[in-house]
Amino acid sequence: MNWQWIVDNAGMIGTDLWQHLLLALIPVIVSFVISIPIGYLIFRSGPAANVILAIFGAIYSIPSLAIFVMLPLVLGTQVLDPLNVVVALTIYTTALLSRSVVDGLRDVPLDVKQSADAIGFGRGRRLFRVELPLAMPVIFAGLRIASVSNIALVSISILIGVPSLGSLFNITLQTGFLTPVWVGVILSILVALLADLVIVLIQRGTLPWARRRVTT
Amino acid sequence: MSYLQYLFDPNSWTGSGGLGIRVGQHLLYSLIAVAIAAVIGVPIGMLIGHTRRGRVIVLGLANSFRAIPTLGLLILVVLLTQTSWIPVVCVLGVLALPPLLTGTATGIMQADQEAVRAARGLGMSGGQVLMRVEMPLAMPLVIAGLRSATLQVIATATVAAYVPGVGGLGRTILDGIPPRNYGEVLAGAILVAVLAIVIDIVLALVGRSFSRHLRLKPPRLTALTTAPTPAAEEQEQAAA
Repeated sequence: MNWQWIVDNAGMIGTDLWQHLLLALIPVIVSFVISIPIGYLIFRSGPAANVILAIFGAIYSIPSLAIFVMLPLVLGTQVLDPLNVVVALTIYTTALLSRSVVDGLRDVPLDVKQSADAIGFGRGRRLFRVELPLAMPVIFAGLRIASVSNIALVSISILIGVPSLGSLFNITLQTGFLTPVWVGVILSILVALLADLVIVLIQRGTLPWARRRVTT
Repeated sequence: MSYLQYLFDPNSWTGSGGLGIRVGQHLLYSLIAVAIAAVIGVPIGMLIGHTRRGRVIVLGLANSFRAIPTLGLLILVVLLTQTSWIPVVCVLGVLALPPLLTGTATGIMQADQEAVRAARGLGMSGGQVLMRVEMPLAMPLVIAGLRSATLQVIATATVAAYVPGVGGLGRTILDGIPPRNYGEVLAGAILVAVLAIVIDIVLALVGRSFSRHLRLKPPRLTALTTAPTPAAEEQEQAAA
């Protein structure tokens, strides 16, 4: 590890890190917002639900690299546009999170729903005051996996020329000088674990009823 | 769509850089990677699940493996070891480890405790309980872990091609980018997806045969342990 190189290039590392975070976390935020209605619609769609979830599962088998490359053709964006990366990761994250929303809603015990009905809650009030709050721990578990794996995945944006911490990997591959790749890998892992911790803290703060829930 | 032309052109399938070879390489890397991860992850998962010791540490560690950027690790390992495809396969194995480990450990911990206690009551040793009771009951979750590990490895093995001298379908995708031969890129992408889906279906069928095999046993156990329903009680009394 060449510390002098790190000091000399701190500015570049900082820019790459910031770009990395934007590319990884904007999709998580966008997906969180759109997955709840999408997940609810899948949940309500009856027999079609499992078919839709299977299709969402298949989305993961499309290599991210290929999505990055093909999106400009679909979106009409420039090949080097960071938007390609953001849209690709949003697709992945939404597929993951909608599934968590469905799983969470399915986990709500029937007697709890019946109690809500018995108190006279309408469908909307039951959803927002009872079902969604109880589904939230499962949704948050999905959110944690999505943010960690997005942060780990984003570095491959460099394969299509979009800068991120992957730029540091590229320097190493071209020069054989190992320090940049170490910096990139360590920063990427640290940031992912930090993001995970932040989500856990948000969950503790906003969902006090889910403090000791074990999810896998 | 003209982009599909490359995929269906017989000429793209032959030769040393043809799609046939690439599919074979891709499959080989993925299967070896998953096998390595299974050999390491399943026994550790069994041990944690059975003893219930160290699960917070080991499972937490396994989850933090998800945070490792595969591409960076790949470059690091290749530069440090100066070899080609073996480190690539090991790095992919790292990716497959968390789902296998977590799936096995969770499966064993969720095994029906009545059955475990019954097995102990019959005088089975710890190892026998693990192999004959807990592991068969955990099998559906082990297979689920195996499926998600395999899916992830097949999809990510594309990145391996960034390392010089490594083949697989990622090579097809990367080769297509500079000349903007999107047909070639799309062919690589479609084949990876098809490969992943086909393998997933195969593993799902394996998993289903396991749970069908299991379904014969639990009802007998529950019939013995659950309290008889009032109707059954009446029948028994009538018979007596």
